[in-house]
Amino acid sequence: MANASEANASEARAANAIEAPAANAIEVRGLRKSFGRTTALDGLDLTVRTGEVHAFLGPNGAGKTTTIRILLGLLRKDGGEALLLGGDPWRDATTLHTRLAYVPGDVTLWPSLTGGEIIDLLARLRGRRDGIDAKRRQALIERFDLDPSKKARAYSKGNRQKVALVAALASDAELLLLDEPTAGLDPLMEAAFRECVNTERHDGRTIVLSSHILSEAEALADRVTIIRDGQAVETGTLAEMRHLTRNFVDAELVAPVSFEGVPGVHDLDVRDSRVRCQVDHAALNDVLARLTTAGVRSLTCRPPTLEELFLRHYSSERSTAGAPR
Amino acid sequence: MTRAARPGPGLASTGPASTSLAGTGQLTRLALRRDRIALPASVYVIVALVAATAQAFKKLYPTAAGRAALAATGESNPALRFLYGRLYGDSIGSLTTWRYGIWAGIFAALVAIFVVVRHTRTDEEAGRLELVGSAVVGRDAALVAALITAIAPILAVALLLWVALPLIGLPAAGSAALALGIGACGLAFTGIAAVAAQLTSSARAARGIALAVLGLAFVLRGVGDAAGAGGLSWLSWASPLAWIQLAQPFAAERWWVLLLPLAAFALGVFLAFELAARRDLGAGLLPDRPGRATASRLLSGPFGLAWRLQRAALAGWVTGYAFTFAASGAAAQGIGQLFGTSSALQREFSRIGGQAAIVNAYLAALMLLAGLVAAAYATSAVLRLRGEETEGRAEPVLATRTGRIRWALSHIVVAVAGAALLLAVAGVAAGLGYGLRAGSAGTEVTRMLGAALAQLPASLALAAVAVLLFGLVPEAAVPGAWTAVGLVVAIALFGEVLQVSHWVLDISPFTQTPRLPGGTVSAEPLLWLCLAALAFSVIGLVGLRRRDIG
Repeated sequence: MANASEANASEARAANAIEAPAANAIEVRGLRKSFGRTTALDGLDLTVRTGEVHAFLGPNGAGKTTTIRILLGLLRKDGGEALLLGGDPWRDATTLHTRLAYVPGDVTLWPSLTGGEIIDLLARLRGRRDGIDAKRRQALIERFDLDPSKKARAYSKGNRQKVALVAALASDAELLLLDEPTAGLDPLMEAAFRECVNTERHDGRTIVLSSHILSEAEALADRVTIIRDGQAVETGTLAEMRHLTRNFVDAELVAPVSFEGVPGVHDLDVRDSRVRCQVDHAALNDVLARLTTAGVRSLTCRPPTLEELFLRHYSSERSTAGAPR
Repeated sequence: MTRAARPGPGLASTGPASTSLAGTGQLTRLALRRDRIALPASVYVIVALVAATAQAFKKLYPTAAGRAALAATGESNPALRFLYGRLYGDSIGSLTTWRYGIWAGIFAALVAIFVVVRHTRTDEEAGRLELVGSAVVGRDAALVAALITAIAPILAVALLLWVALPLIGLPAAGSAALALGIGACGLAFTGIAAVAAQLTSSARAARGIALAVLGLAFVLRGVGDAAGAGGLSWLSWASPLAWIQLAQPFAAERWWVLLLPLAAFALGVFLAFELAARRDLGAGLLPDRPGRATASRLLSGPFGLAWRLQRAALAGWVTGYAFTFAASGAAAQGIGQLFGTSSALQREFSRIGGQAAIVNAYLAALMLLAGLVAAAYATSAVLRLRGEETEGRAEPVLATRTGRIRWALSHIVVAVAGAALLLAVAGVAAGLGYGLRAGSAGTEVTRMLGAALAQLPASLALAAVAVLLFGLVPEAAVPGAWTAVGLVVAIALFGEVLQVSHWVLDISPFTQTPRLPGGTVSAEPLLWLCLAALAFSVIGLVGLRRRDIG
């Protein structure tokens, strides 16, 4: 891993801060939470290693925000274990909170305060007596093209989001919890956000971003956890996930070739000399050999996008074939 | 002026889309649905209280002599005139109008203000009107829908009273005059609220403006009515609340007076539409000015934040208190010099203790009012916590090293200090107002300051109920806390005359508070009230520590 040394560095830093070894910034086992009759979390597992960028993916209502709010000590868990920076998120909430910064999914600000005031206020609430690193603050405000003297009442959704992001990114917290951080940002600002996350990554911070925007996770995350109906259905690096799933093959051949009955080939679609199919990772070599025997005019072979991984878990009939846990 | 939106070609088939009122029907139905519990409940409360008052008078004062004695007290006591208004005649209808006419008007006005602002500026501020406005909805539809939603319960109150009071046995003409007077008062404040909702971009400020007008109306007529036939009585004519009694239901029935609130309503609605046409969605009349790009030193923790969020409202309350109690205090001088003629009044006058006692009773009633309103202020300041929580603004604060208790205390401290400040202002202002005219400012200020601060424990005990509910049953905190305030106000104002059982009277913390100035002070009940406030708050805070946020 490229960032192993940074992970070790921040591990050492965390170990200095408290006694518990924090190889994992977040450790959640079998977390359960229900609101009345609705079950929000149904035995969720989540591990975020110190120093990594972890994407927490799922559609609306899957339980992402509930998980984050339990980790923040705002909600009380019904069952399971949750460890945040080596501490109990409910009991040690205020001490843990000095070490993290949070951007809520639906940013609401105090309408009568200006954006600049809110950025400073949040920094001071986090525990910086002198407020905030003025240079960093200014750089971020410029990067995100924010007018800090405007009253929050007058901000658009995107601008409110920027205020919360600047406040979080300007902090020196070792853990950033970002709940759908780019919802409401325009593409330009989204790019600025990605740039910032990459800078933070090199500074060795741990970043958890919940999202349903897959391209974002694909571009930023070291590891991904996909959650559905309050359970983690898949977790790992994108490479690992792809490894365990099928590749898409689309070939134009010189002569027709039969794939009937070949193990590991799915969704076969043969039209004259054009072959399209999905191939299990293990069967790829065999399939390619057959294709080249027939003579290849053109060939596209690509791993599934995160979107396709995602859809596979959320399609109405969840295919159990090869779904790794 | 081209307010009417041109319909798009695809929309022509929907018919009413071609007017600025398109969609009013749907919006009204939506608003009525959202308020389907609150509106009938408030109609019921207002009608039931008026009817119960009439019924109680009928039962408690069956003889003409008894009623005449009560009427003599009511007319001779400026404190009662300040709280309830003028009394015309001594029939059951007259007594009902005196005791409850103005307060029914206040309740109708409160319904109007809260409904109109809720369905105009609150929705606009929250962005809901934007969502609605993008559908086939005319530019004026939301305001019209809000007006209809406010007028509906007010009309219901008027009609029900019109029907119910004759059933109790009151004369038909007087019943109609009282019912229409209360309804028209509600309409006048519907117009006022509609204008207020156009002025600022914040719903809180809009409500504040309308409530300030209501408070001003109460004080104007309070001072005017307390002055009796004296020089300041013309002030009552400037107050929509006084018009209910000035129409003299069950006495002379001056119907033309009812045209005044109707004219105020028409003027208000006209102004509101004119203002609405001249501004953008979401904007007030005054543009939002840019503020500081960095936070001041003061804004550096939960307490700084709470102060910052609440200071504007508190400043408004302090200003209101200073004017109200300076004016009402000044009116105390000259009280008790007005009853030369009627021997019944003279007898009553000496029975209740002569001039010094009457002035004291008047000032004590002022202080009771100051305490009740300070309790309402403190409750609203505490409930700010719940607002912050449901709006999602508690979350970013609680995600920092600020713990729940510190966060809650930040607003509670503002509530406690604010209530204390308001009462101190009430005492000093009343003392100055009365003392300067009586030539004894020094002693009066100290005396009244003490009398005002004696109300503080009761006010805080009531606000502590809000803390308790917020910690234990957050969903019920807002309606529950306001119900408690309403109950205590009702007990304080109507409990004794309705001769409700002592058990009920004792629930109110203000029953336990000594009547000052003039009464005897005992520290014990005040201490108990402080302890109750503390206990409620601690239980509430413990509950807050254990529950989910959001």
